[in-house]
Amino acid sequence: MSKWLNPRSAFGIALIAAALIALPFVAAMGGQAWVRILNFAILYVFLALGLNIVVGFAGLLDLGYIAFYAVGAYTYALLASPHFGLHWPFWVILPIGAAVACFFGVLLGSPTLKLRGDYLAIVTLGFGEIVRIFLNNLNAPINVTNGPQGITLIDTVAFGDFRFSGTSQVLGVSLSGPQKYYFLLVALAIFVIIINLRLQNSRIGRAWQAIREDEIAAKAIGINTRNLKLLAFAMGASFGGVAGGVFSAMQGFVSPESFSLIESIMILAMVVLGGMGHIPGVILGAVLLSILPEVLRYGVGPLQMALFGKMLIDPESLRMLIFGLALVLVMRFKPAGLWPSPERKRELSEKRAGAV
Amino acid sequence: MAEVLLAAKAVAKHFGGVKALRDVSLSIREGEIYGLIGPNGAGKTTFFNCMTGLYIPDGGGFDFAGAPLKADAPHQAAERGIARTFQNIRLFANMTALENVMVGRHVRTAAGVLGAMFQNRATRAEEAAIRQRAEDLLHYVRIEDRADDLAKNLSYGDQRRLEIARALATEPKLLCLDEPAAGMNATETEELRDLIEGIRRDGTTILLIEHDVKLVMGLCDRVAVLDYGALVIEDVPAVVQKDQRVIEAYLGA
Repeated sequence: MSKWLNPRSAFGIALIAAALIALPFVAAMGGQAWVRILNFAILYVFLALGLNIVVGFAGLLDLGYIAFYAVGAYTYALLASPHFGLHWPFWVILPIGAAVACFFGVLLGSPTLKLRGDYLAIVTLGFGEIVRIFLNNLNAPINVTNGPQGITLIDTVAFGDFRFSGTSQVLGVSLSGPQKYYFLLVALAIFVIIINLRLQNSRIGRAWQAIREDEIAAKAIGINTRNLKLLAFAMGASFGGVAGGVFSAMQGFVSPESFSLIESIMILAMVVLGGMGHIPGVILGAVLLSILPEVLRYGVGPLQMALFGKMLIDPESLRMLIFGLALVLVMRFKPAGLWPSPERKRELSEKRAGAV
Repeated sequence: MAEVLLAAKAVAKHFGGVKALRDVSLSIREGEIYGLIGPNGAGKTTFFNCMTGLYIPDGGGFDFAGAPLKADAPHQAAERGIARTFQNIRLFANMTALENVMVGRHVRTAAGVLGAMFQNRATRAEEAAIRQRAEDLLHYVRIEDRADDLAKNLSYGDQRRLEIARALATEPKLLCLDEPAAGMNATETEELRDLIEGIRRDGTTILLIEHDVKLVMGLCDRVAVLDYGALVIEDVPAVVQKDQRVIEAYLGA
């Protein structure tokens, strides 16, 4: 803990805190839409860090992560909307959503324990699709999910009388709905970052890393690989569930369409592009991949109009083009991700020390 | 006579038509260095894998420290006090030497997810103890100055030592070394021999699979010879060396 006390880190933390507090107000100058974009970026940071536990720490390639997000989102939607006439408070549903997602995590994890790599990826991909298709079709014979129409009029987050939708005064500052969600999301993101950091350097984190490196050797030194893999699935899924709940409350509307395969792939891409298993890298990946498409959406259209006087490529297809190209370039030039863990740095400094 | 620590009782294992182990029975006594030798393909490593739970034997079983060993439960074997190294070194390549040994403490420590999240006093104390023990073990096998290097960057001999340190971190009653001297030069082998004798002096029973006959005969209290999956003889080195069947099967070949 002593590293927190050193003045340089303290200054850095103060700087980051100030930037995080100022950010929603700066973004609001460009309109509330930008605050919403910011919120989604943080939500993706949260999701990516949840997936990082499964993929980055334990090395289990999970292509169905969005299913847990969906489970969390629907848990919230069903328990806090006119659909069933239930209006439970946010802080009650959030743990329930986490628990339900956790249950699904174990459900997916247990039959796939012996699978690794590509095989695991295919099974998890299938699982993700199964959940989405269930959500799409569970409107008959009993209407549970309302099918493709989705669930509307979901309650906003509220603590007592303080509601997160609409503008309100907090400590003399006027905060819009998205700005309030921003601070809630930042708090949640900091929570998940701390958990990630603490897990990484713990007995459990080391055991996960050992399983990722060599499962047989891990077994031979007494690591219960079955339980630890299930634990990774369960924890990752719980975070997905929490993110889903917040998403549901923030949007006020969920439908199966939000939980397609491409979402799973995007979150995995955030983890891989940023630097698998390295927390700052994963955060960078999530922020980049969630903000850049929006920048394109707002930037490319007007740019084309100004240059050519007409739209040549629509921003949506350009987005996939640039995304694909970026992935290829990263894999070619920075295969460990944009901001990989300091192992390599450690090696380099080692060499320098050896040379002296 | 010392207590029997591990007793193999008619252990059999076949892969398809190949009988890798044919009813092998042997017993390892507490405190001894026990050698297991035999030509390539004789079933030595298969025996190891059955014992440590990586393979399920097709017949027979093991008694360890007075109670049967459960088949197909490698992590339980480690918990009961059997640690092993691998013929082709299996370290956690992208973890540091120190981290490799720290992982070895897993089975003797208890901190869970909640402990890691809240960093309570017990967890912090345990973490400090894990680190301390791992540093001591690196010192014990004399690679303490490589503690922060990634395992994959260690020299071959140091990797062997690190694997032994990791196995010792589980506090084994029985340490099984699968060809620890393979690929080592004479000096390194001599150092390894000192290390093994030291480990025995500190109270750990050792099972040694080895090709280096000179090392085995000089180091082991008793030796078993396997050939085509069957036990040929189990006795002190002086007797084994003179046995006609052993000379035919292995030494004379």
